[in-house]
Amino acid sequence: MVRFNVLEHELVPEHYLVPKEEEEKILKELGVKKENLPRIKKSDAVLRVLERKYGHIPIGSLIKIVRKSPTAGRITVYRVVVRD
Amino acid sequence: MSPHVFGLTKRINSIKFSLLSPDEIRRMSAVKVITADTYDDDGFPIDKGLMDLHMGVIEPGLRCKTCGGKVDECPGHFGHIELAMPVIHVGFVKNIQNYLDATCRECGRIKLKDDEIEIYKQKIEEAKKMGASPLELLFITKKIIEDAASRPICPHCGAEQKKITLDKPTTFREEGRKLTPKEIRERLERIPDEDLPLLGMNPETARPEWMVLTVLPVPPVNVRPTITLETGERSEDDLTHKLVDIIRINQRLRENRDSGAPQLIIEDLWELLQYHVTTYFDNQTSGIPPARHRSGRPLKTLVQRLKGKEGRFRSNLSGKRVNFSARTVISPEPFLSINEVGVPEEAARELTVPITVTEYNIEKMREIVRRGSNPKGEKYVPGANYVIRPDGRRIKITDRNAEDVAKKLDIGWVVERHLVDGDVVLFNRQPSLHRMSMMGHLVKVMPNRTFRFNLAVCPPYNADFDGDEMNLHVLQSEEARAEAKILMLVQEHILSPRFGGPIIGGIHDHITAMFLLTHKNPKFTKEQAIHMLSYLDYDELPEPHKDENGNEFYYGKELFSLILPKNLNMEFKSKICDPSVCNNKCVYEACPIDAYVVIRDGKLISGTIDENAIGSMKGKLLDRIAKMGSDEARKFIDNMTRLAVGVISYRGFTSGIDDEDIPEEAIIQIHEIIKESIKKTDELIELYKQGLLQPAPGRSIEETLEMEIMRVLAHARDEAGKIASKHLGLENPSVIMARSGARASMLNLSQMAGSIGQQSVRGQRLHRGYQDRTLPHFKRGDLGALARGFVESSYKKGLSPTEYFFHSMGGREGLVDTAVRTSRSGYMQRRLINALEDLKVIEDRKVVDTAGNVVQFLYGDDGVDPTRSSGGENVDMDEILTDVLGDKYLLRRRK
Ligand SMILES: [Mg+2]
Ligand SMILES: [Zn+2]
Ligand SMILES: [Zn+2]
Ligand SMILES: [Zn+2]
Repeated sequence: MVRFNVLEHELVPEHYLVPKEEEEKILKELGVKKENLPRIKKSDAVLRVLERKYGHIPIGSLIKIVRKSPTAGRITVYRVVVRD
Repeated sequence: MSPHVFGLTKRINSIKFSLLSPDEIRRMSAVKVITADTYDDDGFPIDKGLMDLHMGVIEPGLRCKTCGGKVDECPGHFGHIELAMPVIHVGFVKNIQNYLDATCRECGRIKLKDDEIEIYKQKIEEAKKMGASPLELLFITKKIIEDAASRPICPHCGAEQKKITLDKPTTFREEGRKLTPKEIRERLERIPDEDLPLLGMNPETARPEWMVLTVLPVPPVNVRPTITLETGERSEDDLTHKLVDIIRINQRLRENRDSGAPQLIIEDLWELLQYHVTTYFDNQTSGIPPARHRSGRPLKTLVQRLKGKEGRFRSNLSGKRVNFSARTVISPEPFLSINEVGVPEEAARELTVPITVTEYNIEKMREIVRRGSNPKGEKYVPGANYVIRPDGRRIKITDRNAEDVAKKLDIGWVVERHLVDGDVVLFNRQPSLHRMSMMGHLVKVMPNRTFRFNLAVCPPYNADFDGDEMNLHVLQSEEARAEAKILMLVQEHILSPRFGGPIIGGIHDHITAMFLLTHKNPKFTKEQAIHMLSYLDYDELPEPHKDENGNEFYYGKELFSLILPKNLNMEFKSKICDPSVCNNKCVYEACPIDAYVVIRDGKLISGTIDENAIGSMKGKLLDRIAKMGSDEARKFIDNMTRLAVGVISYRGFTSGIDDEDIPEEAIIQIHEIIKESIKKTDELIELYKQGLLQPAPGRSIEETLEMEIMRVLAHARDEAGKIASKHLGLENPSVIMARSGARASMLNLSQMAGSIGQQSVRGQRLHRGYQDRTLPHFKRGDLGALARGFVESSYKKGLSPTEYFFHSMGGREGLVDTAVRTSRSGYMQRRLINALEDLKVIEDRKVVDTAGNVVQFLYGDDGVDPTRSSGGENVDMDEILTDVLGDKYLLRRRK
């Protein structure tokens, strides 16, 4: 079945799954608790594409997003996967 | 939940709204109100009346009969009225209609089959489990009701259903027959608890029949206090008036019902009761006339108290009136620093600062208290209005007790003393659209009755002096004063976060004056120089020059250089720069019109100081100095504005309509050009009529014609302007203002001297008004320049009647635009503020909300404060290189 890969769309920034073992380090660097991070819904189209690459992504996983910013060029932000 | 928020121990998770049951209303009631009277002849509250002492007290001396508290102790208690017949609650008409539609008129079950009910119930359960918002749940409910309402026959008992219509606001009809609230209540009572969740109700907390009132709560008297006028006359609150009406009709209805009066009379009274209860809740219910006071003023009932701009939320909770504030007209005072604000003595004596008495200031405080609340004398000296003892008691200082209180004054007391020079206050002008709308100022007590401030501070407040008023707030705590001084002081806001440039700076005459002082480096005699510098803090003049006759003189640029920081190096183009003069190749210092500013080691070498140097929003020199530190910037602006006043008041500067006088030949020339252009448009129209006009790509022929005509006529106006400007040189005061950027533009001048030009509405030539023509003065279908809003006259010459009308049409568009824009942007502002008001930037530059949720990982993605940036950029390489390499870099940059 041919499915459209949203990540290939120009307006969709790069998304990566953060490996479980790196999560703690990143959260410490950010100085944020997981529940205070911005969220991404489990049903988000991007996650469905990422699951094709990484396999099942459980609730609570960290997603790294690299996007363009008019002020800072390329920036990295994080979102946590939530139930929808 | 959130350790980020200091002092926040609890966070509201959800709010549940429910209905009051009749039982609950009776249970919380302290008294059953049965008479419509309020006070007896002695002015004492009547028992079981609307002012019954069980509902609280508003008169000092009396005690509440429920809790025994005095005026300020008793919180007030509800009473209740037993309604003779049930009435519909207007607030729930929509719900009642839904429930009547969705349920069976016979058995009261929801009109869905059992399996459908099961499916819908599961759907709701699922949605709840997924954490659906109340709005999402409401959406499901809406669908269920729609579905159930569409069934003509009850799936449970087989009863045939009838169509129910609503006669606004509260009358329900079933196929034309009126349903009484009693019948409606009975139907709602029949709906079983199990069906309620499907209708969006929680049977544990609410029943639908409670939406039809049988008991009415009476709010505590504290909520509707009696007002005693100066004449001793009593005046009741609007709510009380309304409750009186309700009780009166209720009584009559009960009597008539009990005595078995004819149905017709009972129905009339019942409807009247419904009217009164409806308007008691909402006196702006559509479909019924609002209840009025004897004077004809509509009553303010429950909904009116809460709703809209004047309602409880927007007027009393989101925004409050405060003490220690003042409001008056503003006027300019160029000899104040930008940090200062002139406060009238009268206001300064009313506004106070609390000062705690210590062993170090006790003698001084005694002196202040001794002066009383209204010290006499030529010179303003602070007195005090109150002292606060350590036990919290306030003592008002009068002339009589001043001496006494001063003696008793001790360490730990607080003296509320009058404002003195140097006190920090907040100064504000509405609409407060950005943070510079409220800045910290230092008080300067002055005579007369207006607030005064330096003109350079007009742009951030967007203030002028045509009657504008501003507010002033006196800070009451040490922390607030520290914050205001460090964060809010005017000098800390010279650079705007909006564009990273200076928003506080020279305007109008400042720019004209600096132009006059520096353009082509004029010479001034010693006397002139002293006069112009007399407002500044300079004891010595620079070394004078000598002319061939041995007279001493000074150059304007030298005088200006006095106020520049010593180590400043920069260069930029003046506002008056005109590339065509130098054949599009800048010749820097050698500029024939002195339009290239060169500053070396704090000396102005060449160029004219105008808007591009010191103007608010545009000033490059200002921008540069502001980045050297706020103290330096404040000093520069203070000095610059003072120097400007010195220069322009000594030299004198006048503008009049004769500034726009141009020679007769020029006027003839302009006429020629306009006549030529009008002829050209006629030719275009002729071409169009013959169908010979070639359409521009992507345009219709008509559009092409319009475009061409607009182009020709705009060209005509520009040419006319050019001829006019040829005769308007830089010796002309109006031209000086326009070219230096002080005020107006060359277009304004050419419209006065030459031709006003095409008027337009929505970017198009005027075309509406009468059938196929703009005015009856023209033939139908006339597309010519004059028939479609071209004004060939100048403002100076005056407009013909048709031109005047066209000009008004064009002018109106501008007025409408601003009116629409302000109302829309106000609403947008409100919504933005509501969404963003509690976001903050924390130490590591993350943007978080009060719960610590991250909104941005780094403020603005780059963590840059726009007021500390260079026009929004992180670093200004030019600035750094100039600082390091100086002259060498600037000269290299020119290539
Ligand atoms: Mg005004
Ligand atoms: Zn009480
Ligand atoms: Zn039925
Ligand atoms: Zn030049």
